[in-house]
Amino acid sequence: MKELFSNAKLILPNQDDPQLGSVLTSGDRISEVGEVTDSNDSQNIDCNGKVLAPGIVDLGVFAIDKPAFHFGGITRAALMPDQNPILDMPAMVKHLASEGKPDLWSHPIAAATKELAGHELAEIGLMQRAGSKAVATGRQWIANSGMMLKLLQYCKSLDLPLIVHSEDAGLISNAVATAGETATRLGLSSAPASAEALSIIRDIALIRETNTKVHFRQVTTKQGLDLIRQAKSDDLPVTCGITPAHLFLSDIAVSDFRTFARLSPPLRSEADREACLEAIKDGTFDVISSGHDPRGPEDKRLPFAEAKVGMAGAESLLALSLNLVRDGLISMNRLFELLSTNPARILGVQAGMLAKDYEADLILIDPETPWQIDTRKMAASAGNTPFDSLPVQGRVTAIYKGGKAL
Amino acid sequence: MTSTSTSSPHQFPEGSDAFPHRHLLGIAGLQPWEILYLLKEAEQWVDLNKKSSKHADRLDGLTVINAFFENSTRTLLSFEIAGKRMGADVVNMHAAQSSVKKGETLIDTAVTLNSMKADAIVIRHASSGAVQLIADKVDCPVLNAGDGRHEHPTQALLDALTIQRRKGDISGLTITICGDVMHSRVARSNIYCLTTLGAKVRVCAPPSLLPDALDRMNVESFTNFDDALAGSDVVMMLRLQSERMSGDFIPSPREYHYLYGLTKERLKNAKPDALIMHPGPMNRGVEIDSEVADDLERSAITEQVEMGVAVRMACLDILTRKSRGVEGWS
Repeated sequence: MKELFSNAKLILPNQDDPQLGSVLTSGDRISEVGEVTDSNDSQNIDCNGKVLAPGIVDLGVFAIDKPAFHFGGITRAALMPDQNPILDMPAMVKHLASEGKPDLWSHPIAAATKELAGHELAEIGLMQRAGSKAVATGRQWIANSGMMLKLLQYCKSLDLPLIVHSEDAGLISNAVATAGETATRLGLSSAPASAEALSIIRDIALIRETNTKVHFRQVTTKQGLDLIRQAKSDDLPVTCGITPAHLFLSDIAVSDFRTFARLSPPLRSEADREACLEAIKDGTFDVISSGHDPRGPEDKRLPFAEAKVGMAGAESLLALSLNLVRDGLISMNRLFELLSTNPARILGVQAGMLAKDYEADLILIDPETPWQIDTRKMAASAGNTPFDSLPVQGRVTAIYKGGKAL
Repeated sequence: MTSTSTSSPHQFPEGSDAFPHRHLLGIAGLQPWEILYLLKEAEQWVDLNKKSSKHADRLDGLTVINAFFENSTRTLLSFEIAGKRMGADVVNMHAAQSSVKKGETLIDTAVTLNSMKADAIVIRHASSGAVQLIADKVDCPVLNAGDGRHEHPTQALLDALTIQRRKGDISGLTITICGDVMHSRVARSNIYCLTTLGAKVRVCAPPSLLPDALDRMNVESFTNFDDALAGSDVVMMLRLQSERMSGDFIPSPREYHYLYGLTKERLKNAKPDALIMHPGPMNRGVEIDSEVADDLERSAITEQVEMGVAVRMACLDILTRKSRGVEGWS
């Protein structure tokens, strides 16, 4: 079955701006891009000049939430191992790898250590055989540097990327906020933002030993970003990411004990937020992901320190990220490197790009459509977003997984 | 904001404009005249409490629930006496006996309390922000009796009343707060209250117990106690919790006493008539020497307890005026 997506503004690799053209799919793959000639036996889909982009590959979500993903144009999601129970057994990986198919592909990420406790290696090789494309330390770092070194060596030998969380556990202790005026005023236990840099510097020192591919899932401070820049200029195989929350909110969002803004890592100072935007602009960041973690009132309608971390971010990921294009920080094509191409490359899947032989995961976007984020009317299984009632622009109008309209 | 303009913070707007808040969750955000109004209203109860018959009937027939999710003796007792002297039916709910232990969420507990139709609820909770969370879910006024490290507004008010009665106008005084500032809701509420009233506030603590960004709160911070004391009109000592005494934050109680204990000798750095305060209960020989604490001339520690009852009577009165239909408070 062939489909021809014609009259579309295409997001193409190595181009700055969308180019008018067509995409021909054959089965679940893309067979031709740009000037399509051989399309006699295909079904034509007129895109009316809308933007046709590769489906978003969301690297690091905490729940498989299909309605929210489809609303947000996400065709693949890498599921963090912080599940209940923890994703540290091959059978769980196998089960979750098929969850969502065929209209959403989920890539369960293997827990690095048993129970994510940081003490014993999990069966990473067997989980790889069961379908894991990456390994993660979960929402915590591994405090024992000896264990971390073994983990890096192990991942290297299996050619699996390791996704790490960057907060020094000793420094954060029971902190729920970044040290600063807001935490002091509210009387919240806090840790200095340098907890992030401390953990990154340790991990980079070990990566110099092993040369393992490591993805720092969320880098949120100037100090941390400077370390990543240095590591990249030293040709270490590191990548890093961020979520829109840390790009568009600072710790002031926590005022009034708003638990929807209780995140991990916690929201940072305005100066660090600006440093993150700068790192988007200069290309330090490789990935923008949603960190999607829908949490109901039982987890969020609690005193701040007792509330669970995380936000529902899948639906607003694209619209918020489009602000970066509108504000002139990056081009539309660069945005889809961050949202689709790079995450797919890190996972080693042939998707996330409009190119021949790539998976035909496509989204049609109207980048101007205005809408309002509303916690009460979300497709996600819970409406815990700190962006409630924010007016945004840009919406997915159609989504195709493996060439099929959803 | 009230529409009434006031030339002096001591001139109060009429009726409910004098204190236009439904709850008393914290001192942060209160206007100076609102704080001073509460203090002025408390004066009448100070007088009543000195009489042999201490009964008022303003809250007759009203139910006040003291919901304490964290253990307390002094504050609970003070609120209970305040409510009873005003004529209210006071019921105490202790966390140890409550369904909280059975896994009920705080919100469900709040809804339950609300269904019992209390006329005011006094809440203490170990978590910052918890009292506000409950206040959003109930129909009656809520008084914060301490939430985590966040606020303890009635303590700040009773401290302000004590200072005002001893020293006159608080504006312009140099007030030094010393101790575990990081974990102290008393310190936070006092910082908000005293800076709002125009005092020069200093805090002093070991560096491990000094929170960040205090300069953003109009406070000067010190780690050297002698420097902090120099020229102080009031010295407010904070309690050092025993679980923080060994190793985690400070090496030992005796080292703490050496560096931060208020001794008679050290007190010489402050003004000769400096007032000594402590929210209690005291660790004698750790943060404060008995010699200083028991100095009748200088120490206002027992007076603070006395003012506590009066201030809480005033708060219960003012917050229930609307529901009691007091003229001007609709």
